[in-house]
Amino acid sequence: MREDTNHNQATLLGADELVLNMGPQHPSTHGVLRVKLKLDGERVRGTECVIGYLHRGVEKIAEHRTYQQFAPYVDRMDYVAAVSNGLGYCEAVEKLLNAEAPPRARVIRTILTELQRIASHLVWLGTHALDIGALTPLFYCFREREEILKIFEKYCGARLTTHAFRIGGLQYEAYDGFEKDVERFCNSFESRIQEYVDLLTGNSIWIGRTRNVGVLSAEDCIALGASGPILRASGVKWDLRKAQPYAAYDQYQFEIPVGTRGDTYDRYMVRMEEMRQSRLICLQAIEKIPEGPIMGKVGKVLKPAAGEIYHSIEAPKGILGYYIVSDGTTQPYRVRVRPPSFVNLQAFDKMVQGHLVADVVAIIGTLDIVLGEVDR
Amino acid sequence: MSPTMQSIVNFLITWWVELVCGVVIVAVVPLVAGYVVLVERKLMADMQARLGPMRVGPHGLLQPIADAVKLLIKEDIIPDNADTLIFWLAPVISMTAALTSMGAIYFGPSFGVARDINVGILFVLGVSSLGLLGIVLGGWASNSHYSIIGAMRSTAQLVSYETAGGLAIVSGLLLSGTLSIRAIVNAQNQSQVWFVFLAPVAFFIYLVASIAETNRAPFDLPEAESELVAGYMTEYSGFRWALYFLGEYANMIVVASVATTLFLGGWLRPFPNVHWLRWLDFCPGLFLALIGVYSIYRAGKQPVAIQVWFMWAVALGCFAVAVIFGFPLFVHKMHTWGLLASLPSFDFVIPGLNGAFWFLLKVAAYIYVFMWLRFTLPRYRFDQLMHIGWYILIPLAIVNVLAVGVAMLLQYEAGWNRWLALIVTTIFTLATAAYLVRLHDRRTENASTAVAVAEGRTTDSYAG
Repeated sequence: MREDTNHNQATLLGADELVLNMGPQHPSTHGVLRVKLKLDGERVRGTECVIGYLHRGVEKIAEHRTYQQFAPYVDRMDYVAAVSNGLGYCEAVEKLLNAEAPPRARVIRTILTELQRIASHLVWLGTHALDIGALTPLFYCFREREEILKIFEKYCGARLTTHAFRIGGLQYEAYDGFEKDVERFCNSFESRIQEYVDLLTGNSIWIGRTRNVGVLSAEDCIALGASGPILRASGVKWDLRKAQPYAAYDQYQFEIPVGTRGDTYDRYMVRMEEMRQSRLICLQAIEKIPEGPIMGKVGKVLKPAAGEIYHSIEAPKGILGYYIVSDGTTQPYRVRVRPPSFVNLQAFDKMVQGHLVADVVAIIGTLDIVLGEVDR
Repeated sequence: MSPTMQSIVNFLITWWVELVCGVVIVAVVPLVAGYVVLVERKLMADMQARLGPMRVGPHGLLQPIADAVKLLIKEDIIPDNADTLIFWLAPVISMTAALTSMGAIYFGPSFGVARDINVGILFVLGVSSLGLLGIVLGGWASNSHYSIIGAMRSTAQLVSYETAGGLAIVSGLLLSGTLSIRAIVNAQNQSQVWFVFLAPVAFFIYLVASIAETNRAPFDLPEAESELVAGYMTEYSGFRWALYFLGEYANMIVVASVATTLFLGGWLRPFPNVHWLRWLDFCPGLFLALIGVYSIYRAGKQPVAIQVWFMWAVALGCFAVAVIFGFPLFVHKMHTWGLLASLPSFDFVIPGLNGAFWFLLKVAAYIYVFMWLRFTLPRYRFDQLMHIGWYILIPLAIVNVLAVGVAMLLQYEAGWNRWLALIVTTIFTLATAAYLVRLHDRRTENASTAVAVAEGRTTDSYAG
């Protein structure tokens, strides 16, 4: 009897479903995502995501820029992980040119990209915790992120949209004391990460809010194309850094954390562990940065032979792929980006079904989307 | 004189004290609430490795005033489809309820705001509960989905937690044997121990329930920013919003005052009957003098001349109040030593001043706990909140009332030692609590599995 009343509350009371419009201006849709929620009481019965509020036509712009000119644009897609975007693009064009960055450039690229992964995960952790109501971790996370951004600023002058890499290698040599800065950050970060763990990991409210919320099975993840920490939290050990090593990842020892249940708590644990592993990669990399040039032989004017290329990397949010078609001119014929946020967002509807409104924000948070990348 | 005038004059003659008190409440409490907000922001900043408001006045000391002025001069917006009258009325109800309930609270043995009502606690509880009406009506009248969900949550939450809080208060009332606020504190004086030590579980339940009643984190679901934007306040802005906001903070002061009165010994200093601790009576003056010294110390570090002057003014203010606190005691001491006999005695103000100091200190400590929890804990989900309320707190509160009653029986009828009776019954209550928590854990485990499997066949959150 009781079960029935609960399940069909709306029909019994003769009440309609409530359509709640979340966004595009809403404190916790992480930008300009708009979600239409069909609610029965507070329980979600259906969702509809409306995207495109931040569409800037990045892919179209590429067709009217030379290969070098387009490189800064990719930083504006996932703007909290600009370095990773740049790495993917530069490597894709290098692959198209059959060129390769010199070893020194690859190691520095790896260090910066791993720092960027930590920074991106810190933004995720802070905002995710804020969505669930924990106010304080945000400030701790941004305090650490600031250290990373300072390293970026010292390296290339920009903090967010860095354009740190060039096709063929690096434009800037690592500044004096680069290794020391990275090492100092990595050493302090270990105790800092313990602060988040103290605040959240064992907290029964946090566990209650994240355990069994937004469960995705491994099959669901693969069917939906979800990648990155979301896929790994469901128990699939798939990380392009190991599966198809790029940059200098094949030289370093690191673990791929995986979850078992595929719920929000597992995704939290996976990302926390990824931050620790990134720290270890950075520490290994600064130990021995090879000497040598930082720019490979690619020439001033890039004219790849007609053809096409797909290159993907493991960005902080998942698999970031670039598909580039060249017609033999200095401008790409077509650039298509496979953005992890956009693909992961597809899982939203499946994850949210039957949950409460409060879980919706937890699930948006755990998806770790950046609307700049979803809409491009 | 016309009969109407005569009756008005008669009314004023009878009630002038209460009227003056009312004016004082309306004038002072919003200011105090504003500064509670500033303190909260400063504490939050401190815990989050940042500075907080620093621009308006030295260390942001004038920030509440700037905020109030800003809110007053904002455009007054009423949504098109809102129910105008109710929209207008709702924040007023909230604010009025919070302020009225302050009227019955006693800050010192002879420093009551209005008068000692013989059902004082009941009056405070009843009137402050009316504030709920303001929230519900505001959420309804706004004609917005966020507001209505916020109001809906608020209703369910407040009804549930006031039950638990009320039962916790019953435990305290059993110990005091009276509803009058003055008599409750006097009972604690006579029993030589604060009721928090005699009924610790009741105090804990009241603490949790009062956080929920005031919509504070981790129970701030009615206005959960990340979910409902601002809950029932979403459509409010400017002065109406300020009324809600001040009502909420005034309500915090009310629940803290009730807890202080009932469990923390009201205006009594710690160990009121221990003779050799009488030096504690000097604490108020010393405390303020220390703040003054610290202000002078900080004054040297202020960057701008006007801020230096401001710090000096704060210091002088502190010293002045310290002298007011200390002078009567000083005269009293001199008289006992047979000195300064020409000065009149100020003994009659000592209990009032010291009482107010200790009372406000306890209220501040209680509110500090509220804030501390807010910065530390994530927010509960709605169904979890209801589970805790109905499956843990309310049963526990009922058991606790029973346990306190049994303890009193053992003490008065069976002649047990008071502490022995207390320990036995508290262990019984804690065992019950442990059992309830285990039961709850198992239930939520099942429930969340059910969510994963069958999409939302959990217990109905609104069933209460």
